[in-house]
Amino acid sequence: MSTFIVNRRKFLTLAGVAAATVPLSGCDAFDTLLSGQSPVRNFLASANSLTYRAHRMLIGNDTLVPEFAASEIRQGQRPNGSTDPTDADYLALKDTSFADYRLTVSGLVERPVSFSLDELRNMPARTQITRHDCVEGWSCIAKWTGVPLAHILDEAKVKSQARFVVFHCYDTMNLGLQGAVPYYESIDLIDARHPQTILAYGNNDKSLPVANGAPLRVRVERQLGYKMAKYIKGIELVSTLAPFGSGKGGFWEDLGYDWYGGI
Amino acid sequence: MTIVDDIESRTAPQPDEGRVIYRHRIATRVTHWTWAIALFFLLLSGLQIFNAHPELYIGKQSGFEFENSVLSMRAMQAGDGSVDGYTTVFGHSFKTTGVFGMSGPADNPSYRGFPAWATLPSYQDLSTGRVIHFFFAWFFVAAFLVWFVSSLISGHLKRDILPSIADIKALPQSFADHLRFRFHHDGRYNGLQKFAYAGVLLGVFPLIILTGLTMSPGMNAAWPWLLDIFGGRQTARTIHFLCMAALVAFFLIHIFMVVAAGPLNEMRSIVTGWYRTDGKKNKEPSA
Repeated sequence: MSTFIVNRRKFLTLAGVAAATVPLSGCDAFDTLLSGQSPVRNFLASANSLTYRAHRMLIGNDTLVPEFAASEIRQGQRPNGSTDPTDADYLALKDTSFADYRLTVSGLVERPVSFSLDELRNMPARTQITRHDCVEGWSCIAKWTGVPLAHILDEAKVKSQARFVVFHCYDTMNLGLQGAVPYYESIDLIDARHPQTILAYGNNDKSLPVANGAPLRVRVERQLGYKMAKYIKGIELVSTLAPFGSGKGGFWEDLGYDWYGGI
Repeated sequence: MTIVDDIESRTAPQPDEGRVIYRHRIATRVTHWTWAIALFFLLLSGLQIFNAHPELYIGKQSGFEFENSVLSMRAMQAGDGSVDGYTTVFGHSFKTTGVFGMSGPADNPSYRGFPAWATLPSYQDLSTGRVIHFFFAWFFVAAFLVWFVSSLISGHLKRDILPSIADIKALPQSFADHLRFRFHHDGRYNGLQKFAYAGVLLGVFPLIILTGLTMSPGMNAAWPWLLDIFGGRQTARTIHFLCMAALVAFFLIHIFMVVAAGPLNEMRSIVTGWYRTDGKKNKEPSA
């Protein structure tokens, strides 16, 4: 029994020493290393390129995400980010129910074109019930109807130098000192030509609501919500993302989010 | 001690006693420390990611217009105008101001799931939380694959991790010994240790990796069966969270046991591989 007492005393002493080190692990100790454009943060962020390459190797270019039964639509599509843009050019279009809207296709294409909403609605359509995953962690299942982006790309005839599709948007996000910054996004041509990547004008059997990106938003089903630009003004085929915003390929990417949002 | 010796003679040949033995191979030690570092960052960045939407659900999607929430940590205003942090579990709310839902200085509180000391960075920054999480996730998974393959080849898995019939039979005694703080150190794992390590290494580790992958919309295309086995993305997210809690509990017990069993000897063995067993003449059960 005496051995037990000795051990317990020794144990309690050591436990006290161990407990004393706990406050040292306060997490603000790392804050400076991880802020903004610190080299440590940039190094950690390079893992996203590895994830991107691994996914491109592991996931077939045309492999579809699961689609759901109509009974799985149990709520309206939850809007996030911009939900009611107040930019003048957008308000003018909204006032006439987007009758004057034209989607422009520009950049590295043989045939720069633009399409009205009616022309887009008369193109081959795809309807899919899919799950929308927000980077915040929540998910929402909804039905989307639109024209496959691949069809638009074929109409415009993409040049061989093109590597990305950039989506330019009507909505601007207010960033305080920087003022209003236009939303934009970009995806590679593999996701752009994916069968489930559509320019959606319909949601849950109705016209796409303003809160969800009217008149046109993109669905990139194998990536997170922030990749799926809303209020699309035009799409541009490019070979590099450097000229846009801060050069990271998207509004949220310029603020530190990963460009590849498949994870 | 006689009871302990009885178990020894029943379960296995007497090992060398009171000597320094080579206990942990290099693969065990390298993967142990890779996991230790990776899990530290994965935990704190994971709680940061959780804070971006501090609510968990069961099913394929998150119920905004229907109810499938199982846990939430939110600040809410009471009828008298006072704001408090509440943790809601299966519809039952508990006031958790200061820790969950609302924390920080009383005159300037933050409305957040986990408090600043539990997240990385300390302030709200989802993008950096994700950057940290996915960087260390690669190391965590790589260490798991290295450990699994090398343990399979070396026999470590069968010899030291998977509980034998004898281990299972000796489990009540092993349990009683632990409750009495009566540990024996012959360099081999007892039944409870084997169950704990097998549960973590072959249970929680694969589960936390697979539920993490299930949350990836890209992986949903490649491996849609993951969604089926875990019952949807939001259930997978909840299981991922529960695995985290299990690993935190394991960590606390693990550190407790290391301290109780002689931290210097234990630390030496997981750093250098060399471990001093109890001497036969040494009646003190813990070195």
